Amino acid sequence: MSLLVVTVGLFSLGMYGALTRRDLVAILASIEVMLGSATLLLVGLAAAGTPVGPSEGAVEATGVMVIVLAAAEAAIGLALVISVARRFKTTRIDELAEVKG
Amino acid sequence: MSVLLDYGWSVVLIPLVLSVPVAVFGRALGRFMPVLAIFGPLWVLVYGIYALADDSAASSRAGSVEWLTVADAGGLSVGWAVDGLTAVMLVVVGVVAALVVMFSAGYMAGEQGLPRYYAALCLFTAAMSMLVVADGLLGLFIGWELVGACSYLLIGFWFTRPAAAKAAVKAFLTTRVGDVGLLLALALLWREVGDLSYAAVFAAAPALPASVVTAASLLLLVGAIGKSAQFPLQIWLPDAMEGPTPVSALIHAATMVAAGVFLIARAWPLFSLSSDALAVTLAVGGITAIGAAAAALVQTDIKRVLAYSTISQLGFMFAALGAGAWGAAMFHLVTHAAFKALLFLGSGSVIHESGSQELGQMGGLLRKMPITGVTWLIGAGALAGLPPLSGFFSKDEVLHDVAGVAPAWAAVLFGASLLTAFYIARTTRLAFFDSYRGSVHPHEGAWNMRVPLIILAAFAATLGFAATFLANSIGAHHGALDLAVAVGSTALALVGLAAGWIVAGRAHHDLAQTRWPGLVALMRSGWGADAFVERVVLTPVNATSRVLYSGADRRVIDAFVEGTASAARRMGRGLASLQSGDTQWYATMLGAGAVALLALVSYVGRGL
Repeated sequence: MSLLVVTVGLFSLGMYGALTRRDLVAILASIEVMLGSATLLLVGLAAAGTPVGPSEGAVEATGVMVIVLAAAEAAIGLALVISVARRFKTTRIDELAEVKG
Repeated sequence: MSVLLDYGWSVVLIPLVLSVPVAVFGRALGRFMPVLAIFGPLWVLVYGIYALADDSAASSRAGSVEWLTVADAGGLSVGWAVDGLTAVMLVVVGVVAALVVMFSAGYMAGEQGLPRYYAALCLFTAAMSMLVVADGLLGLFIGWELVGACSYLLIGFWFTRPAAAKAAVKAFLTTRVGDVGLLLALALLWREVGDLSYAAVFAAAPALPASVVTAASLLLLVGAIGKSAQFPLQIWLPDAMEGPTPVSALIHAATMVAAGVFLIARAWPLFSLSSDALAVTLAVGGITAIGAAAAALVQTDIKRVLAYSTISQLGFMFAALGAGAWGAAMFHLVTHAAFKALLFLGSGSVIHESGSQELGQMGGLLRKMPITGVTWLIGAGALAGLPPLSGFFSKDEVLHDVAGVAPAWAAVLFGASLLTAFYIARTTRLAFFDSYRGSVHPHEGAWNMRVPLIILAAFAATLGFAATFLANSIGAHHGALDLAVAVGSTALALVGLAAGWIVAGRAHHDLAQTRWPGLVALMRSGWGADAFVERVVLTPVNATSRVLYSGADRRVIDAFVEGTASAARRMGRGLASLQSGDTQWYATMLGAGAVALLALVSYVGRGL
C-alpha cells in the first residue's frame, strides 16, 4: 500500500511539474520524475512478488526497459532543447507557442 | 391526296423545325428571313386546304397515329387526328399567320431582334397547329401552353419597354389562372375515363355521372375563359396590345384567343351534355359581349378599341356556344379571324405611317392611305354586320340561335351589336375621315403591307357565302338566314353606325373632353376591372406574401437554415479557443482525459 502511495505521489509531483513549469529543461526533469515513479512501481511490485507478468522476470525486464527509454528520452529531449535554444534564443515554452487556434 | 394527309404531324414539326434556322441564321438572312419563316404557315395552310378539300363530306378521319407515348399505363399518349373542324382551323391559322409574316416584313423592318420575332412566330404557328391537330386533350394542352408562352414572348418583344414587359407577365399569369382550370379538367377526366383522347372521352361521356360531366365542362370553360379573355379574366387582352401590331392580329385577334371557342367546340360531345355549363357559357358570353363593347366606345387608342372589340366578339362566340350553336360559333370564329386580322393589320399600317396609336393623332387617312382605308372600311362593315359582308352572316346566325334559346340574352347581344356598330363608326371616322390632326406625313405602306390587307379584305367580304360549305365541313347544323333577325340587326347596325359617326364628328378636337368624365373614365378602364383585381386579388396576395415572407420565411425557414450555419460557426469558434497552441494545456487535457477514462473504466468495471 505504501508503495502505491509513494509511486502515485511521485508521479503526481512529476506531472504537476511537467504541466506547470515553463522551462523546457524543468519540464524534461519533471518527465524524468514521472518515468522514475513508473520504474519504482514496477521494481516494487516485482520485489513484493506480485504475479503481474506472464513469466518470471518479465516485470524486472520491463523496469529496465523504462530506464533505457528514460535515458534515450533525456538525450533526445535535451538535444532538442539545445537546438530550440539556439534557434529561438529561449527555452520558455509559453514563448515558443506558434500554433494558435 | 390522302398520302399528304397521312403526315398530319408535319403541320407541327415543319414550323417547329423552321424556327431553329430562323433564330440561328436570321441575322445572316437579313431581309430573306421572313421569306424563310413564311414556309411554316404556308405548309399549315396547304395541309389545311388539302384536308378541307378531302373532307367535304364531313367524315371525321378515323384512326390517329400515335406519335409519342408518354406513359402507356392507361394510354396517356399524344397523337394527331384530322377532321373537318381541324382542317378549318388549320386554314385559318395558316392564312392569318402567313399574311402576318408577310405584313411583318414591312411593318417590322429595321427593328432589333428580328430573328427572335420570326422564330417566335414560327414557334407559335407550330404550337397553334398542335393545339388544333391533337387527337386528345393532352396534346391540346401542350399546344395550349406553348401558344401562351409564345404570346408571352411576342407581347414582350419590346421587353426594354416596362409597359410591354409588364403586359407580357400579366397576360401570362392571367391566362395561367384559366389554364389551371383546364389542367384540373384533364385530371378529372383522366381519373374518370382513364384516357384523354377525344374518342375515348366522348365515348365514355354519356355514361359518366352528371356531376362529373358538369364539373369537367365548367373546368374546361374556365380554361377557355382565360385563353379567350372572357369575363372575368378579360383584363390581359387590352394590355397585350403592347406587343407588335401584327402579333396582335395573329395571336390576340384571329387564332390564340379563339382557342377557347375551339376547345369547347372540340369538346362538344362532352360539353353539350351539361346544361349548367351551357347556361354559364351563355351568361359569360353575354356579359363579355356587352361589357367589352361598351368599353370599346370610349377608347382613345386604336389598338385598345380593337382589343375590346375582340373580347366582345369572342363573347358573341361564347354566347353561341352557350346556346348550343357551336356551328354558329365556329362560323363567327372564322369570319372574325378574317375581319379582325384585317382591322388589326389596317391599324398596324396606320400606326406605322402616323407614328401614333392615339386616335387623336389621326384623321383624314382615307385619302392619304387609300388601300388601307378601303380595306379598313370593309373590315369595319363586316364587324358592324353590314350585308353582304362576312360578319353580317355569322353574327346573324349567332343572334338567331341565341334568340331561339334565351331571348333575354339575345336582347343583350342585339345591344352589343348596336354598340359594336357605334364604336367602329366612331373609330373609323376619327382615323380615316375629316382632316388629319397628326404632325407627320403618312402615305401608303410597302407592297408587303398592302397585299395582306387586300387578301384579308377579300376574305372578310366574301366568307359569309361559305357558310354552308363551312357547316358541312365541320359537321354542324347551318340554319337558313332568319329574315327578321337580319333586318333587325342591319337596322341596329345602321343606327349604331350613324350614332357613332355623329359622336365622332363632335368629339374629335379633344378626345379626353367629355360631359360625363367619371363614367367615361370608368368605361375606358374596362369597367375598372384592373382596379378591382388590384384591390381584390393583388393587394391581399401581396400582403399575405409579405406576412409569409417576414413571418414564415424569414423567421422560421431562413432562421433554421441560417441558425444551422451560425451554430456551427459559433461551435467552431468555441472549440478553436481550446486550441491555444499551449502544449502544457494540451497535456493537462490529456491527463484529465486519462483520469476521466480511468475513473469511468473503474466505475463501470465495479458495476459489472
